[in-house]
Amino acid sequence: MNWETVIGLEVHIQLATASKIFSNAPTAYGAEPNAQASAVDIALPGVLPVINREVIAMATRFGLAIEADITRASVFARKHYFYPDLPKGYQISQYDLPIVAGGHLDIDTPAGGARRIGITRAHLEEDAGKSLHEAFDRETGIDLNRAGTPLIECVSEPEIKTAAEAAAYARKLHSLVTYLGICDGNMAEGSFRIDANVSVRPAGSAEFGTRTETKNVNSFRFLEKAIDYEIERQIDVLEAGGHIIQETRLFDPDSGETRAMRSKEEAHDYRYFPDPDLLPVVIDEAFIETQRSHLPELPDAKAERFGREYGLNDADAIALTQSRALADYFEATVAAAGDDTAALGKPAANWINSELAGVLNREALTIEQAPLSAAQLGGLIARIADDTISGKIAKQVFDALVAGEGESADAIIEAQGLKQITDTGAIEALVDEAITNNPDQVAQYLDGKTKIVGFLVGQVMKASQGKANPKDVNQRLVAKLDAMK
Amino acid sequence: MMHDRSIAELIAAVRAGETTPAALADHFLARIERLDPQLNALITATPERARAAAAIAPQTGSLAGLPILHKDIFCTKEVKTSCGSRMLDNFVAPYDATVVERLHGAGTVTLGKTNMDEFAMGSSNENSYYGPVKNPWNLDHVPGGSSGGSAAAVAAGLAPAATGTDTGGSIRQPAALCGVTGIKPTYGRVSRYGMIAFASSLDQGGCFARSAEDCAHVLGAMAGFDPRDSTSVERDVPDYVGGLSGDVAGLRIGLPREYFADGLEAESRAAIDAAIAQYEALGATIVWIDMPHTDLAVSTYYVIAPAEASSNLARYDGVRYGHRCDNPQDLDDLYTRSRAEGFGAEVQRRIMVGAYVLSAGYYDAYYVKAQKTRRLIAQDFQSAFESVDLIAAPVTQAPAFKLGEKADDPVSMYLNDVYTLPASLAGVPGMSVPAGFAHGLPVGLQLIAPWFEEARLLNAAHAYQQVTDWHTARPAGFE
Repeated sequence: MNWETVIGLEVHIQLATASKIFSNAPTAYGAEPNAQASAVDIALPGVLPVINREVIAMATRFGLAIEADITRASVFARKHYFYPDLPKGYQISQYDLPIVAGGHLDIDTPAGGARRIGITRAHLEEDAGKSLHEAFDRETGIDLNRAGTPLIECVSEPEIKTAAEAAAYARKLHSLVTYLGICDGNMAEGSFRIDANVSVRPAGSAEFGTRTETKNVNSFRFLEKAIDYEIERQIDVLEAGGHIIQETRLFDPDSGETRAMRSKEEAHDYRYFPDPDLLPVVIDEAFIETQRSHLPELPDAKAERFGREYGLNDADAIALTQSRALADYFEATVAAAGDDTAALGKPAANWINSELAGVLNREALTIEQAPLSAAQLGGLIARIADDTISGKIAKQVFDALVAGEGESADAIIEAQGLKQITDTGAIEALVDEAITNNPDQVAQYLDGKTKIVGFLVGQVMKASQGKANPKDVNQRLVAKLDAMK
Repeated sequence: MMHDRSIAELIAAVRAGETTPAALADHFLARIERLDPQLNALITATPERARAAAAIAPQTGSLAGLPILHKDIFCTKEVKTSCGSRMLDNFVAPYDATVVERLHGAGTVTLGKTNMDEFAMGSSNENSYYGPVKNPWNLDHVPGGSSGGSAAAVAAGLAPAATGTDTGGSIRQPAALCGVTGIKPTYGRVSRYGMIAFASSLDQGGCFARSAEDCAHVLGAMAGFDPRDSTSVERDVPDYVGGLSGDVAGLRIGLPREYFADGLEAESRAAIDAAIAQYEALGATIVWIDMPHTDLAVSTYYVIAPAEASSNLARYDGVRYGHRCDNPQDLDDLYTRSRAEGFGAEVQRRIMVGAYVLSAGYYDAYYVKAQKTRRLIAQDFQSAFESVDLIAAPVTQAPAFKLGEKADDPVSMYLNDVYTLPASLAGVPGMSVPAGFAHGLPVGLQLIAPWFEEARLLNAAHAYQQVTDWHTARPAGFE
């Protein structure tokens, strides 16, 4: 039988506010356990929540960025369940009236082309604390530093069809929230956590199959693996005549498998009701317009502009707009290289996407940690553009910059004497020398095998220690050889 | 005697140097020590702290040197805050409630914490882990609840004033039953920060004293916007004391027919009628009005209040503070036994009712419907206040009942709140003013004003107290 997969993603996006969603305790990661838990966070008797305005501003910007409706009066609700790391016995979340309704994300499908994935809703909620099961013998420690950290939970429509598409959606969302500056995007620290709802059904069927939810996947690669595993597992179960149990599953990166965590049959009745301690969050047009004016240029718009302004092809433009930091690096590089942005864009893109990407990959660095600055790279590209150095020498200068051998391309070129020879007489002499020393190759050329000129160019370049301009050398050789015919 | 003097007189005496905060504290601490064993009005007396505070209390400040008692629902730094529950018998808050902080800032000296029904759930003070409070007018009778300790303490002259909270009548009803003046302000007038939550959309802090004028002094220091409570209202607090003109001529007072129907005991009714006649004599206009949704109040309240309570009390799980059972076998055992041991029967009953009305499949039929009927009840007040300035009614159907009389019959206990619940559901301010006696026990007249018209309420009560002396009566044995 042919099977069809239906995937929906729920992503928890931790907002990069200085303080918590309902208290003034700091949100910084990595403090001593319970050092960042206030009276409100630990739910002492009598305390009350007060909404952090910045959280509302960030959620509004997120809603605008995905072209969603901003709910004019959204409501916080209490979601009840007992767990030691949930201090109040309920989580303050949103239920009937989330702050963001609708919206969409355009993803670049692995097969090529763009696809629009609908977003059902995005609501605000507080994070719970952490249970530390390993730290104590036969006891569980509770760390409430994370309790009350603001989250947006963004729920996609069940419109994603493959694991690769799911990863593309998650990457795009990650890029968007980091662009917006509302999330630090640190997946290892849990700032961006993905739950995948997966079901399969016979191709063409109108009804959904029973779904499972794989929780807290913390990398795009694991997401793809987890979903692929889950699709295969579900198909195997169904083809063997079994049925899928609606349950929560966990992905184990070591085995590459998902395993059942708890089934929905023992799931709680959360007894949602509007939180009487908090008023509805009323948002007016002026607030929305202020937030709109604070929106940065978003990835799609930026990629489009890169194509227009810098003459980049789609692949380069998309690659360079994956993250705001990378796009900023690119633009700063071009600016440092010179005024002719249309001509300098392509070489800058090539240097960043190939040489620099290679270094970052090899050293496992992010663009923010790049060993050479955009100004340094731009300075290097400027010297190629004005023919001070050849591309080959440029690679040498690049490596020297990476190694920290000089402050700028100019300084390295000067110190290492790498300047291209512009003395025509000197080049003429080297050209003549090459013709004299290589009679066989000259004969071949004259015999019509004109490609052999490359060899002769190589000889001249070698003799010049790479400092001649290969294009210039080529022209001079061809002129002299043709004159010999 | 000092305990018969008004708050204005006490403050003036302190300012004039005729007495000191320390002397005032000593006088009332001595009465507490001598008289409270009969009443059980206090859960915790704090004589050492009170004397230390009085020694350094300022001679200025709006309430400089005034001794006060706090209901044990308000968190107090370094002093146990039990909320009348075994669950919090070991709980000492690391912070002061806004109300406590403000009254302290005004110069009051805290003498202790008063007894109450557990988590403010009750109308008789019999639901306290620390035992029932006795009514000073007759020790066999209840003082009302849930702020029974505060009402009894003020009635017995253990303090000039005490704080309380009112969720469905918990200030007005015990004030009526103990013959003191009590005010529940508009919802949002007084900060709920640090006031342990029972039903968040209804809970409102207020106070007890011997007169409307005394209440005006205390409420003025308590009220006002608090950025730590999102439901507190950003609105100026008028000068309550300055607003006490004593003039009610031309005031239109509405009597809701529904509050004077069957069930109102005859001698109580006679006292209320006499009070209304007094207002007429003072120049007020009395009109009968209709508040057609009054009979929905009890069922509405007993859905909403338990629903919110079941949620608010979820934090008492034995994990971080409060009662924890011995040797829990696993997590479920820890939760189940800690809560079963820590909460009394009435609290458990309301948690179960609340969890039920919020559960999937019942939410619309109960909680959502109760929100709708709550709006109808609020609309009754809205329309009433289009034609009258104030509403007058009884607080209770009868004076204080005997200890144990209704303890086994929760529904009859719930019906006791029939006249106080509507104002709570609507969020409007209400008062209980001593208006005579029935069967030898105090009767309270309830006055209800539109939202944020506490000044009108206090002035109307003050006008009545200028021409009557019910509020100055002292129970025998507590003179």
